[in-house]
Amino acid sequence: MREAKQDHSHQAVPSDLALRVKALESLLVEKGLVDPAALDALIDTYEHKIGPRNGARVVARAWVDPAYQERLLSDATAAIAELGYTGGQGEHMIVVANGPKVHNLVVCTLCSCYPWPVLGLPPVWYKSAPYRSRAVIDPRGVLREFGLELSEDVEIRVWDSTAEVRYLVLPERPTASEKLSEEQLAVLVTRDAMVGVAKVELPQTGASL
Amino acid sequence: MNSVHDMGGMHGMGAIQYEKNEPVFPEPWEARVFALNRAVRAWSKWTGDASRHAVELIPAPEYLRMSYYEQRLHALVELMVKSGLVTRAEVESGKLAPGSPKATPALVASDVPGMVAKGKPATREVPVPARFTVGQQVRARNLHPTGHTRLPRYVRGKPGTIYLDHGVHVFPDTNAHSLGENPQHLYSVRFAARDLWGDQASARTAVYLDLWDDYLEHA
Repeated sequence: MREAKQDHSHQAVPSDLALRVKALESLLVEKGLVDPAALDALIDTYEHKIGPRNGARVVARAWVDPAYQERLLSDATAAIAELGYTGGQGEHMIVVANGPKVHNLVVCTLCSCYPWPVLGLPPVWYKSAPYRSRAVIDPRGVLREFGLELSEDVEIRVWDSTAEVRYLVLPERPTASEKLSEEQLAVLVTRDAMVGVAKVELPQTGASL
Repeated sequence: MNSVHDMGGMHGMGAIQYEKNEPVFPEPWEARVFALNRAVRAWSKWTGDASRHAVELIPAPEYLRMSYYEQRLHALVELMVKSGLVTRAEVESGKLAPGSPKATPALVASDVPGMVAKGKPATREVPVPARFTVGQQVRARNLHPTGHTRLPRYVRGKPGTIYLDHGVHVFPDTNAHSLGENPQHLYSVRFAARDLWGDQASARTAVYLDLWDDYLEHA
């Protein structure tokens, strides 16, 4: 895994792209096909309201509430809706649990399917060719690229999102986290852990939660 | 179709480029493309499957060159022209065709929260019998349709096991082409990594795909 350049030049964006989009939006507004305020509302929703904090709350609840965890693993769509997370790209949810001998990894080899209500929109790496191509043939190598080395006796399950079912990984609760509250646990849960490319770690000693 | 979007198992795509604290939309125009796609979809002129297919139809060298939202912009324009929402001349000139009627937007700002929270379930309450049962050995059919399909090349012809029955879902291969929803059972099918990739793969790895009845045959 390489650190992407901050200037996004790897995307090879043609300089006229922003102008083309602006011209298209103006045309569609002029034709009455789209409402610019609806565009702003959609962007605001996915920039500020729907994101991996939702999924983190689901995971933390499952860690502290065994009955909730059971519901989450048997009917994820309903259990996630209990916390208020529903809708587009999360209509049919499955939650898969990591354990000491099982590790789950989610990918969409054909496009970019991702559980929006709990994770928001996918990051660039998830939608890009390197991850999509290799997650299914070399998951252990991909995880190593993310800095996650799994021992050889851990079973890896890769979930290729080929239909409208969306997958969320329930990571293992970190050891020695018994004293943390549900809210404190939720802060530790990362997007990457819920896709399956990382584990949830306790902060370094001395760091504040 | 066997194009480059179906990239599971390919080598040669380079290292994973990871960005810490990546913004949801790295560029403002990407946010506009995302929102335009969602807002125009409210006209219901095409299905989500047709949207995916429009991206797949981008010629392979262009598909690989374009960034994600550039692909979506290209697909949106093609679908709008094909469905008659706009003309190509309007897109190229940026000007309305003479005498073009003024529509009322299908999605206004106050509709957004409801639309986002509701989604569009792909399940259908129709009594379609399941051809397979959980635990059954199956084989992914060796199909190579030239249209839209969600059966990746890397599992075609390979043996697997039915792991879950997800119930009856809309079938993308017909739905993408306005040939009907053709609802049928969708299953999570487990493929042992060694059956897909040979002995180099770990015996402790498996890949699970969601596959419809029409993609499967008895092993």
